Amino acid sequence: MSLRDKIDELKKPFGKGEKLEKWAPAINALDTFLYVPNHTTKKGAHIRDGVDLKRTMITVVLALLPALIYGMYNTGYQHFSQISGSDLSFLSCFMYGLWKVLPMVVVSYGVGLAIEFAFAIYRGHEVNEGYLVTGLLIPLIMPVDIPLWMVAISVVFAVIIGKEAFGGTGMNILNPALTARAFAFFAYPTYMSGTKVWVSEATNIDAISGETILGKLAGGKEVAYSTMDMFSGAIPGSIGETSTLWILVGALILIITGVGSWRIMAGGLIGAIGMGLIFNAVSANDLMAFPWYNHLVVGGFAFGLVFMATDPVSAAQTTKGKWIYGILVGMFCLLIRIFNPAYPEGVMMAILLMNVFAPTIDHYVIEGSVKKRKKRLAAKLKTT
Amino acid sequence: MVEYFSLFVRSIFIDNMIFAYFLGMCSYLAVSKNVKTAVGLGAAVIFVLTVTVPVNYLLDNYLLKSGALSWLGPEYATIDLSFLSFIMFIAVVASMVQLVEMIVEKFAPALYGSLGIFLPLIAVNCAILGGSLFMQQKDFPNVGMAATYGLGSGIGWFLAILAIAAIREKITYSNVPAPLRGLGITFIITGLMAIGFMSFMGIKI
Repeated sequence: MSLRDKIDELKKPFGKGEKLEKWAPAINALDTFLYVPNHTTKKGAHIRDGVDLKRTMITVVLALLPALIYGMYNTGYQHFSQISGSDLSFLSCFMYGLWKVLPMVVVSYGVGLAIEFAFAIYRGHEVNEGYLVTGLLIPLIMPVDIPLWMVAISVVFAVIIGKEAFGGTGMNILNPALTARAFAFFAYPTYMSGTKVWVSEATNIDAISGETILGKLAGGKEVAYSTMDMFSGAIPGSIGETSTLWILVGALILIITGVGSWRIMAGGLIGAIGMGLIFNAVSANDLMAFPWYNHLVVGGFAFGLVFMATDPVSAAQTTKGKWIYGILVGMFCLLIRIFNPAYPEGVMMAILLMNVFAPTIDHYVIEGSVKKRKKRLAAKLKTT
Repeated sequence: MVEYFSLFVRSIFIDNMIFAYFLGMCSYLAVSKNVKTAVGLGAAVIFVLTVTVPVNYLLDNYLLKSGALSWLGPEYATIDLSFLSFIMFIAVVASMVQLVEMIVEKFAPALYGSLGIFLPLIAVNCAILGGSLFMQQKDFPNVGMAATYGLGSGIGWFLAILAIAAIREKITYSNVPAPLRGLGITFIITGLMAIGFMSFMGIKI
């Protein structure tokens, strides 16, 4: 008996008219996790393509893995390098990070998927795969020492208010992962910012320097890291955001497979570089004098731009709109970093703000092209 | 010049009428179903705020405030008419709204039809009276500052209603749970948008 037959056997009580019919979305989700469903369209347009939501989401998860693995290593590295004479080998650092990060991932997936399944069963639709990405993004953008129950509550808020209230995957207006982080940021500020939260168990170790680079800059302190350190990622910060190098690997995967929009990423780079050059030229204080190329590699800029600004649901959806959206994300990120002392890390708020305005951008881009075509048509009618 | 600019930016983003004070919510919720009417109402609000705030500033400073009447003669210097400010402000606002209504009816009858009762209701829109009262509280040094503040607050309100109208157009076909359809989801959207606008909180300019 093959696995397929076994699953079919298992699914029998969930079929139409059987007594467990209400629970069908749950078993279907497990089934499609293992097998590609063999539904065919019956009428209308047929598109022959293997790319469905599941494959898209798995691609993003794969693109996240390098940043995740490096994030685990860095968690251990930051922790052990505070204690003199401890073992700094890759394996020991990685194991420490794994021990710290894995529970967050498990909690995030467990709570989020439980809510998704409950909503799917209650509302009678299939479980969508959107949460696979959100559930991995949420732990990656949290500080490592945040209590697990805070992760759980942020996930509950993001999934219910940010997504399910709008009708589930594909309908949300703000990026759910960033909604979770913003919720945690405003609800538990002491756990989400400051000098002690970015290095694991920093509170137990004396004389540490566990502040993020942007936090140091905002506080007017010396930055002791070279650009190369910032690029490779051996700096304190949220779990997944530190290593620009491994994020770039993920970005490459997203761009080659066409899952993430390169226009948004390029637009964000242009916006940030432009704004950075302007600030460097003005250079009125230490914050403004921080070199533009360093802005690209510190904090969550790379991570946010690659994995969250490109979210196809909450970003602008027209071609021209993507450029505008990307550029504005980059500009606002630097503006917030430099002008707002309350949020040294600007990219989260910049993306959320542009998520709010993305439909407006789309609306006007579409209106603009409608007008252009009307004009073209009118000109054509005149000549003929 | 710098203080004008910083006041302008402040009043648009940081002290946004909708997302910082949640003022003017009734028309914001009711007229945001599509972008076109939202833009019309937003423009009307910008106009009314830009005119009424400086006019009320002049009224306040030369008529109502304690000592404001001293230009009539030294014996009037002790008179304080500020208890009249609500009624005077509203009178100015109402007459301005009347003017806007006549203009819109004459030049954009389609917009007039789609705005319906909400155009005359700008007269009691709390964002607009709020603009005048904030102006009184902030105690601007001259009428130019007051006008800048009025214009900025108007643009802030306009941006808010524009963004939510575009979002509501986008989610028209979303499968929103039945009890939340309509106003419920609009409140949730407003709350989430306010999170986005918190990026500006704490900026000192």
